[in-house]
Amino acid sequence: MQYLVSVIDDQTNSATPDEMTDIDAYNERLRADGNWVFAGGLSSPSTATVIDNRRGEALFTDGPFLESKEYVAGFWIIEASDLDVALKLAAEGSKACNRKVEVRPFL
Amino acid sequence: MSDSDIRDAITTAHHEEWARVVASLTRRFGDLDIAEEAAAEAFAIAVARWPIDGVPPNPGAWLTTTANRKAIDRIRRENKRDDKHKEAQILYDDPPEPLGAIDDERLRLIFTCCHPALAMETRVALTLRMIGGLTVSEIARAFFVQETAMGQRITRAKAKIKAARIPYRVPSADDLPGRVSGVLAVLFLVFNEGYLATGPDSDPVRHDLTAEAIRLTRLIRALMPEDGEVAGLLALMLLTEARRTARVSSTGELVALDEQDRGAWDAALIAEGHQLVRERLAAGVAPGRYQLLAAINAVHTSARDFRDTDWSQIVALYDQLARIDASPIVALNRAIAVAELDGPEVALATIDRLDDKLAGYHAYHAARADLLRRVGRSRQSRAAYDQAIALAGNTAETAYLTRRRNQLG
Repeated sequence: MQYLVSVIDDQTNSATPDEMTDIDAYNERLRADGNWVFAGGLSSPSTATVIDNRRGEALFTDGPFLESKEYVAGFWIIEASDLDVALKLAAEGSKACNRKVEVRPFL
Repeated sequence: MSDSDIRDAITTAHHEEWARVVASLTRRFGDLDIAEEAAAEAFAIAVARWPIDGVPPNPGAWLTTTANRKAIDRIRRENKRDDKHKEAQILYDDPPEPLGAIDDERLRLIFTCCHPALAMETRVALTLRMIGGLTVSEIARAFFVQETAMGQRITRAKAKIKAARIPYRVPSADDLPGRVSGVLAVLFLVFNEGYLATGPDSDPVRHDLTAEAIRLTRLIRALMPEDGEVAGLLALMLLTEARRTARVSSTGELVALDEQDRGAWDAALIAEGHQLVRERLAAGVAPGRYQLLAAINAVHTSARDFRDTDWSQIVALYDQLARIDASPIVALNRAIAVAELDGPEVALATIDRLDDKLAGYHAYHAARADLLRRVGRSRQSRAAYDQAIALAGNTAETAYLTRRRNQLG
């Protein structure tokens, strides 16, 4: 079972060197314990472009589809047997990156 | 068997077997929704068949078998429609159980319903439905919510449990204390809503809710007999429930502890509560919050008269409680006890310091009003009663506070 762990913040690429060290150590633990799938940081929503090609004519809109003060600044995709395991890992992730995180299961 | 015997048999079976049937089907089919629906169908069939066929010799086994059959019927129906549903059945291939964990299927179900990833009101609703066997409309009525809204809340919760894979198991030993306290918080909330029911049209005491909370806590106590806080919560509920009938007058007004007819207290519940408190004292383990609250209530219920209350013992217990729970509400209740020991002036000085934290809490203003009255500061007392009345949600309490205010000189 895979879960998306989104990092919630009001800025991007803002981790301090100490936080980066903690994040690296956390990533290593995820890999060593077989929970790692993928992770990455994201540029700010102002760099986003929304594309609507539902009618076959791609329409581009500058900016995110949803304006909000807080947004997804990065994410992990983790492998976990159930929500208890995922929540425990996400709690460690929140501590490591020093940000709030949101856990959502993949379908 | 008369009709009423059969009705009693069905009620008893519902009380004793509902949670077991839901739990065993959840375990087998890995789906709360299927389990709940099939259990409800089995009980509906019992209501229709038992008056004709007679009560089966083993009602629990009969209900489980019938519910199992209904669940399989539903899965077959859905499989015909969509082969994907087969996955649902194999979703929960059990992970190995941690050794030494207390195991009962109902206990797993309780921990699933009270999972911290669910909102508190959702945990309460799920627990009453899946463990208590209350219908959606009964739960909706209990919490003054529209039935459709309550139905949606429960449906959403079941969908989250399935999609996010909230596990169906007793938590590991490391997590157990925290998770048990989450379960107890749900039961205490149900009890308190019964004991101090809110809402202008509500009965001041909702015996249906207090009784259900006690029944569920008894069940958890039977499943986890070693847990001190479970015993503590049960004792606290019993010692509180024992005073229920003495606590509201015939005219629907709250009767304060010092004016209650102690002869009307339920001696059997008090004896049972005291026994639990003694058992915890003998265990020699540092007591948690519920055990301390139970001990405080044991002191109250040991006194033949309000004036005979061992207030120094009560203040000492509050001191102990304050060390593990630094909440202003504990400080308020301690101060109320201090008033009996050291006089209202001393208590008032303490209470006034809590104003910034408790200004929105009716009991704070009620306690303050009472102390101000006792030291003869009528004008300030009246203002405090006004604030308490404006904030109180319980009809009996509002009536009591109004009378006290109107008696001020």
